[in-house]
Amino acid sequence: MARRKGKKSNINTSLRDIGGIASFIQGNGITKLSALVFGLGNLVHKQIIRGLLMLFVEIVYIYYMITVGFNSIADFITLGTGVQAEAFNEAKQIYEYVPGDNSMLCLLYGVVTIFLTLGFALFAMTSVRSAYVTQKKIEYGEAIPSFKDDLASLKEQNLHKSLLFLPVSGVLCFTIVPLVFMILIAFTNYDKNHQTPGNLFDWVGFKNFSAMFAQNGSLSNTFWPVLNWTIIWAVFATFSCYIFGMLLAIVINREGTRYKKFWRFIFIMSIAVPQFVSLLTMRTIFNTNGPVNAMLRNIGIIGPTEAIPFFTDSTLAKITIICINVWIGVPFSMLTTTGILQNIPKDLYEAAKVDGANAIVIFFKITLPYMLFITTPYLITSFVGNINNFNVIFLLSGGGPESLEYYYAGKTDLLVTWLYKLTITNKDYNLGAVIGIVVFIILAILSLLTYRHTGSYKDEEAFQ
Amino acid sequence: MKRKTKSLKRRRFIHNTIVHIFLGILGFIWVLPIFFVILTSFRAEGGTYKSYILPRGYTLNNYKKLFDSASNLNYERWFFNTLIVAICSCLLSAFFVLCVAYVTSRLRFRMRKKMMNIALILGMFPGFMSMYAVYYILKGFGFLEAGPLKLVALVMVYSGSSGLGYLVVKGFFDTIPKTIDEAAFIDGATKWEVFRKITIPLSRPVIVTTLLTSFMGPWVDYIFAKVILGQDRQYYTIAIGLWTMLEKEFVEYYYTQFFAGCVLISIPIALIFLFSQKFYVEGVSGAVKG
Repeated sequence: MARRKGKKSNINTSLRDIGGIASFIQGNGITKLSALVFGLGNLVHKQIIRGLLMLFVEIVYIYYMITVGFNSIADFITLGTGVQAEAFNEAKQIYEYVPGDNSMLCLLYGVVTIFLTLGFALFAMTSVRSAYVTQKKIEYGEAIPSFKDDLASLKEQNLHKSLLFLPVSGVLCFTIVPLVFMILIAFTNYDKNHQTPGNLFDWVGFKNFSAMFAQNGSLSNTFWPVLNWTIIWAVFATFSCYIFGMLLAIVINREGTRYKKFWRFIFIMSIAVPQFVSLLTMRTIFNTNGPVNAMLRNIGIIGPTEAIPFFTDSTLAKITIICINVWIGVPFSMLTTTGILQNIPKDLYEAAKVDGANAIVIFFKITLPYMLFITTPYLITSFVGNINNFNVIFLLSGGGPESLEYYYAGKTDLLVTWLYKLTITNKDYNLGAVIGIVVFIILAILSLLTYRHTGSYKDEEAFQ
Repeated sequence: MKRKTKSLKRRRFIHNTIVHIFLGILGFIWVLPIFFVILTSFRAEGGTYKSYILPRGYTLNNYKKLFDSASNLNYERWFFNTLIVAICSCLLSAFFVLCVAYVTSRLRFRMRKKMMNIALILGMFPGFMSMYAVYYILKGFGFLEAGPLKLVALVMVYSGSSGLGYLVVKGFFDTIPKTIDEAAFIDGATKWEVFRKITIPLSRPVIVTTLLTSFMGPWVDYIFAKVILGQDRQYYTIAIGLWTMLEKEFVEYYYTQFFAGCVLISIPIALIFLFSQKFYVEGVSGAVKG
């Protein structure tokens, strides 16, 4: 009895982990046939509803492929052949537009069809696996789960499937498909001269990439300085906010400070104001004729017609933006660090005081290392957020001051704001896509490297 | 001995004074721009920039004009559009985030680590890079035909990929002791019941945080809103509505009203934010202790 029980649980675990291909190889004839006729293995063994559902999915897919799918794959390869043309209508005696192919839509439907096909392939594996599991259960003489049992398992062993279904389909529709679509655009010549629906665009291979990285092209002369500034910006913006925020939190938390709640309230007030409001206000305040310059004129530091070029001088604009970002970011990091600071074991500090360490040494030897240990994920997120910090740059300086050496970029443009200008203003979608890919590669490498080394990734069950 | 404590006291006093003065100066800097917004919203003189800071005259007209239905820009309408979009998308995204966080924290299945890595990578793409593709997909499904549908589309865009932001909540779930779950399993609860009746009630602070972050999204985003809503001013959300007021054709007339509008939306957001502040700190820094 005991032996049988052990055997049973053994089957269950190995069955749950088996992949579609392995089950195909090990399965019997009916299991193998289930790869062609979905749900066959279940239908034969009286799991009627489950089998019929699988069969239904297969039929829907085949119907889709015959009516739409194959055409869209063909269009995806050519990206459309017929250009929109004018044709003379004899009956009405006027010229009419004959709609041509829309390369954009060809590409989009192609991507959708490819994803459906991938899903179909996965589903074929599921079908084989499901048939194999049933086959094995019969061989070991176990009860075959009815449809009711299947439904119940969605709340138990298969809970992850039911919980993940909606979020994953959301991510699929609004992140993955658009992403693949944009990556593909980087390999076409979809720029301002090839706008749909009037014109077609076509595959060009790696031409856009080589233009971006080539020596002394107008594109690469923009790309490298912009990348440079993006990284400088991200480093300064992340660490200035982090360190100042932490210092502020320490100062407010220290023993002697009174009215702690009041001080926190003052700083948190600026978070409560929507970010674009404070950014647009800051832009007004530091404008050529804005209050700061007006005040300096009134005091007499600068002449009555002079103005400090807060946003029009390239170096000063960069400094101004970083400072304003401190204004915006410090309350946030103060808020996040406050809670963690209070959790630092007090005996560490007492021991340090006994050893005669002063406040600065304590900060660098105890507080900072401890905080860095805990908040690495937070730092990575905010670094990534800063590389993609569209709002601050776009709303403050708009990327300006404009520069003639650059290809449609200003001196304070980040890669993302340049991407925005290229796509929305300039309609060079292919170049925008190339930049997006570059940004992504930088960030992906960076965060995979750092994130995998953090404690919260390696040891996620430490506190459970 | 006595002297020593006295000098220590004095030193502490000096330290504290310096700290308070320092905080006072910083606080002043942080509050100043907010005062500027409030003052300008009451400014009686129209037009844009002035060469002075304190307004010459004060009026409530800027606020009254915002609700003037005859006006070209309908503030009230924008406000309710944004409110509806914000409520829907925050409920949806909180649901998504909780599901993904629970699955990754408590359930073990094939592909789990792989999925987490993929999610990490996907979260790194600048969202609006694929904006144009999203626009085409929505158009393909016919969501951009009518105004109200555009708002639905906006909700989907805001909440669609929110499942990727599960990490904070997962970190929180990780700190809930597993023994609580096991006790429930022994009593015959399914995993679904544990999720609904134990994990969710225990994680109130982090749920409030998630709800609030996604509630704030629609109020401050304007890139997606602008691309999807286009020129349909009636269906604008507050952020692009206010941004429109600063456009060249409107700025001369609407400049002070813009600030009035900013003050008005800042008040509810500020109140919600301050109310939930303690949840935020709790939610980010830890979970059930002990």
